[in-house]
Amino acid sequence: MSRPHDASDRQDGGSQAKLEARKITKLFPGVVANKEINLTLNRGEILALLGENGAGKSTLMNVIYGLYQPTEGEILVDGRPVEMHSPRDAIELGIGMVHQHFQLVPVMSVVDNIMLGTESVRGGLLDRESVGAQISELAERYNMPVDPDAIIEDLPVGFQQRVEILKALYRNADVLILDEPTSVLTPQEIDGLFDVMELLRSQGKSIIFITHKLKEVLRIADRIAVLRRGEMVGEADPATVSQEELAAMMVGRKVTLEVEKQPAATGEVLLQISDLQALTDLGEPALRGVSLDVRGGEIVGVAGVQGNGQTELVEVITGLRHAAAGAVRMNGIDMTNAPPRRITEEGAICHVPEDRHLYGMVDAYSVADNLVLGSYYQRPFSTGLTMDPQAIAQHAEELVQRFDVRTPSVRTLGASLSGGNQQKMVVAREFSRPIRLLIAAQPTRGIDVGSIEFIHSQIVAKRDEGIAVLLVSYELDEIMALSDRIAVMFHGRISAVLPRNQANRAAIGLLMAGVHPNTQQTVAADTIEND
Amino acid sequence: MSAIAKLSTTSRMSRRAAISLVLALALVAMAVLVNKTPLGEHTWLRVLFGISALNFTLRATVPLVLGALSGILCERSGIINIGIEGMMLAGAFAGFVAKTSTNHWPLTVSLIFSVAVAVAVGGLMGAVHALFSIRFRMDQIISGTVIIILALGASSYLYNRDAIAEGKFSSIPVPGLSQIDVIGPVLFDNPPITYLALILVLVVHVALFYTRWGLRTRAVGEHPRAADSVGINVNRYRYVNTSLGGMLAGLAGAFLVLEAVGQFQEGMTAGRGFISLAAMIFGNWNPFGALGAAALFGYTQALQNELLLAGVTQVPRQFISMLPYVVTIVAVSGLVGRVRPPAAEGKVYETEGSA
Amino acid sequence: MAIAYPKVAFSRTLRALLIPLLALLAALVTGAIVMILSGDDPLAAYSGLFQGAFGDGKGWARTIRKTIPFILTGLSVAVAFKVSLFNIGASGQFVMGTIFSVAVGINFAGLPVFIHLPLALIAGIVGGMLWGAIPGILKVYTGAHEVIVTIMLNYVAALFGGWTVYAGGTQGQTPGPLWDETAGAISETPDVLASAQIPWLFGPPYRVHYGVFIAVAAALFVWWLIFKTPLGFEMRTVGHNMKAAAYAGIRVNFTIILTMAIAGGLAGLAGAIETLGLNHKFAPEFGGAVGFDGITVALLGQTHPLGVMLAAFMFGALDGGASKMQFESGVPADIIQIIQALVLAFVAAPLIIRMIFRLRQQPLEEAASTVSTSWGGS
Repeated sequence: MSRPHDASDRQDGGSQAKLEARKITKLFPGVVANKEINLTLNRGEILALLGENGAGKSTLMNVIYGLYQPTEGEILVDGRPVEMHSPRDAIELGIGMVHQHFQLVPVMSVVDNIMLGTESVRGGLLDRESVGAQISELAERYNMPVDPDAIIEDLPVGFQQRVEILKALYRNADVLILDEPTSVLTPQEIDGLFDVMELLRSQGKSIIFITHKLKEVLRIADRIAVLRRGEMVGEADPATVSQEELAAMMVGRKVTLEVEKQPAATGEVLLQISDLQALTDLGEPALRGVSLDVRGGEIVGVAGVQGNGQTELVEVITGLRHAAAGAVRMNGIDMTNAPPRRITEEGAICHVPEDRHLYGMVDAYSVADNLVLGSYYQRPFSTGLTMDPQAIAQHAEELVQRFDVRTPSVRTLGASLSGGNQQKMVVAREFSRPIRLLIAAQPTRGIDVGSIEFIHSQIVAKRDEGIAVLLVSYELDEIMALSDRIAVMFHGRISAVLPRNQANRAAIGLLMAGVHPNTQQTVAADTIEND
Repeated sequence: MSAIAKLSTTSRMSRRAAISLVLALALVAMAVLVNKTPLGEHTWLRVLFGISALNFTLRATVPLVLGALSGILCERSGIINIGIEGMMLAGAFAGFVAKTSTNHWPLTVSLIFSVAVAVAVGGLMGAVHALFSIRFRMDQIISGTVIIILALGASSYLYNRDAIAEGKFSSIPVPGLSQIDVIGPVLFDNPPITYLALILVLVVHVALFYTRWGLRTRAVGEHPRAADSVGINVNRYRYVNTSLGGMLAGLAGAFLVLEAVGQFQEGMTAGRGFISLAAMIFGNWNPFGALGAAALFGYTQALQNELLLAGVTQVPRQFISMLPYVVTIVAVSGLVGRVRPPAAEGKVYETEGSA
Repeated sequence: MAIAYPKVAFSRTLRALLIPLLALLAALVTGAIVMILSGDDPLAAYSGLFQGAFGDGKGWARTIRKTIPFILTGLSVAVAFKVSLFNIGASGQFVMGTIFSVAVGINFAGLPVFIHLPLALIAGIVGGMLWGAIPGILKVYTGAHEVIVTIMLNYVAALFGGWTVYAGGTQGQTPGPLWDETAGAISETPDVLASAQIPWLFGPPYRVHYGVFIAVAAALFVWWLIFKTPLGFEMRTVGHNMKAAAYAGIRVNFTIILTMAIAGGLAGLAGAIETLGLNHKFAPEFGGAVGFDGITVALLGQTHPLGVMLAAFMFGALDGGASKMQFESGVPADIIQIIQALVLAFVAAPLIIRMIFRLRQQPLEEAASTVSTSWGGS
């Protein structure tokens, strides 16, 4: 049961309040990121802060962590109003934050990262030894073993997160803010994280757990606060509230949590990947022999923790990265290491890239120019020696209509659209071409629920047209919701391919972590044991 | 996977170190042989390994390694500095002006004062570069270019062609060590800035990797947001480091005027600032790596000099003079994927509070 | 459905002009302060400068004459900027263009003008293109940063040029292939044949040649290329976002090499025009600075071809008036270099100008250019 929340009724948080935010308003040029938000965190509790992307969760936390100054309102710690001008002030008040994007220096060791900013120095030189010993002690107490001398970039993401938590604990944090901590973890790692959180709670630490995932909130939180469009819309009790009710609070309307789709009518193999190998930018092996078929009319989801070769797999398929060995065939034609343009044209492929700012769009281009990014050279956009701005604008007007891209004009710069509309712009460009193959990587990362629903329905529509869809996502929920078959990627290999109806989260979670489950469901030819 | 990755990185590093070590030992061995045995009768060998070649190498190395250290300080904190050439020139000119105005002082006092002025002016140029890059968010490469053009213009505008600097630094032999055959006269019988440059390599190395300042500097250059999130003032570190870097470039300029040449010439840095940058890159942003690279480039300059003097080849002198520049191009071209600059290099770091 | 908004376009043009003009003003004022501090009279200097640049027909002729190479080297740098490449190598490309055009210009006697002259101009373009393509190729295939490579190639080109006209002598070295045998101990080429010289538009004493039209045509061509053609779209896309360009099927490597070659070709053309139109021969001391000034001209012109023309004209006036200024006021002509550096500083950091003149920042305004790619990047 959710109860509507009056802004004033928690003003006097009582003696239990560890941290209190009162009437926090944060304005950015043209945007109200937070509007009169009240939030109370009690001692020894896990408070979930729920809200969809862009709801203002991170802004609020950055205010509490001293990274942003609130436009209005005040913060109280242990009942006393405090002023924070930088994270240093927050740290001194016992507030620690684990950012969604880890604030760790990749090329430095665990010790160096943890002591950074509060270094121990002996005789003018860094005292790495004693800090390392302290870290080991902390790690043992909170059951998070980690090698103090390891270099961050060599550690798996789950371990990097531990380092972030240890970093806060090393600074004697009583309040821990965890910003979307589960988005990078396997289901089993999430279990581990929740164990750690419970351990911390039992030792009197207070935790703010920021997320947009409903299931997790219900599992771990003592109390739930919901943010929508910069405003606190209410609180909920995890014991009584349902997922549907939470979703409605979060989005402001009823949302369907499941994607509706008909059974797949699969056709011939349109994408055939065999024994594909490739290197990372730094020359390390990224793909160690990937084989996978995708048929027309089916969605194959590639699940896995970020950094197990998914990015490189998509890049090699689309011609953006060189394949060291193996083959990629599209519609029966060998496209291994073909130039991207030939892959687009002859392979009849479209690609929704993982990072739209990195690949998918040019921030400084207008919406119209962004919409011809892959077809600018074709008629009618280019005729003879010159381009035709008129034709480009007309094309843009059409697509903006069809794909509901909300923009003041087609001449507006791509950078000034919201994340969801930018992604719809990319999808509009890619989906409007005649294609047989769709590669979608993280197609809904960091965008609002409305846009997510729209893009999901578009992907399913493509599949129903008989197009082969390869979906790569780090969000297991997205994979489970859309896929007809699920391929799990670990350490540069596909460790298993499961039909959707035989896949369960626990089994996939183990596969994502490189553990082969002892079930009958595995149909993978290539296992991780021979690594 | 992590273990493998780590292993391959370290082995790659140690292989490069091993190659450098072998090369250095071979050079010393050849030098000893050429200077102590009848091998020295071969003109070519004398040109390549004679004491004179080695001496010249060290002299050419000093400004390059100082310039490279300057680059390391700036870039490790995230500020690209292609203005080293200009900072060096400004330092050289300032040192010259200081020297000519204090000719009547006792020589040592006058020289030390001039070095101090050169270093201060270099530091000032560094501060200006930092101001442009940080406060005014100018593109760092363009800001560096501004520094160069400004130094070129100001030094020609203000240069008084009649002024003469009287006297320069002379060698101070290290007692005992300077008596060692071959190595002694090359390494232990030098003027003070040369010793200082070599000591600074060690100082910067220790400071960068074993002190609080170094840890924070590197964090600021790799991941400024991470540094900010633990309360480190990113831009303050960048200001300080870029100014320190400017001071080292100024010292390199002082070396040219007050120790090597003794006078100022317009545009006398002649691309040394840029070759320093190449040395910094070639040395993978490490002080000792930069020293090795600077020595390599210094050696090519020495070689150019020795070849022209000895007249042992029919290759036109202009082509011999191209040697240092061509070697620099080859060096920066032979490194694909093998160097790794500080990750946040060249990017403005903006916090919400900054204007 | 595309509707033209002439009003918007007009105010945008005004805004684009505002910062460079204010930057020039700020630089002149700062230059005056420098002069006062060093005991010179800025008023006399600036009036001498203006007299020298626009005082009479000869002044105008000098200004126009100086403007021509600035247009072309400015375009050279600007084209590269559009692709986020920093071409500090215009000096070397200028020298190579000069050498190539002279080599054609002093040979092939008997060719008619309408063949010999274009041939010599094209040779200059080719020389510059080859020299410009090298850093592009090295950047693409080895990751070598174009800033270092172009700088080093400037020195190499200067030495190479010195060799081609070397009078010989030292240690028995033979003279260079382009050396003028009649020049004795002087290292220079013979005059280019009359059939390869660009005719005078206004002959001596004005000495303005038809090269001015070639330069203006080059600017219009570059504008058309960058903003109207698919190739220009590709170049701009690579400049804004290399990865998005690759994603869009653009051949990024080819575009980078081609751009550097075009940049080199423009600087080479500058060298060819200076030689075939004005100097009529090559000696080692020719060229050089004009390449470096191209950077300032490009930025002052906001890397827009038409802006570059205006900026080049301003620089032409500064250079054209400099010697008269020194003659009339006794202020060393080198002050012009300082002013030019200050112009660069102010125009590259619009924030300074905004602060001085208290202007409001336009939302989402594009920076003049960004070229700070890290050294390792390919």
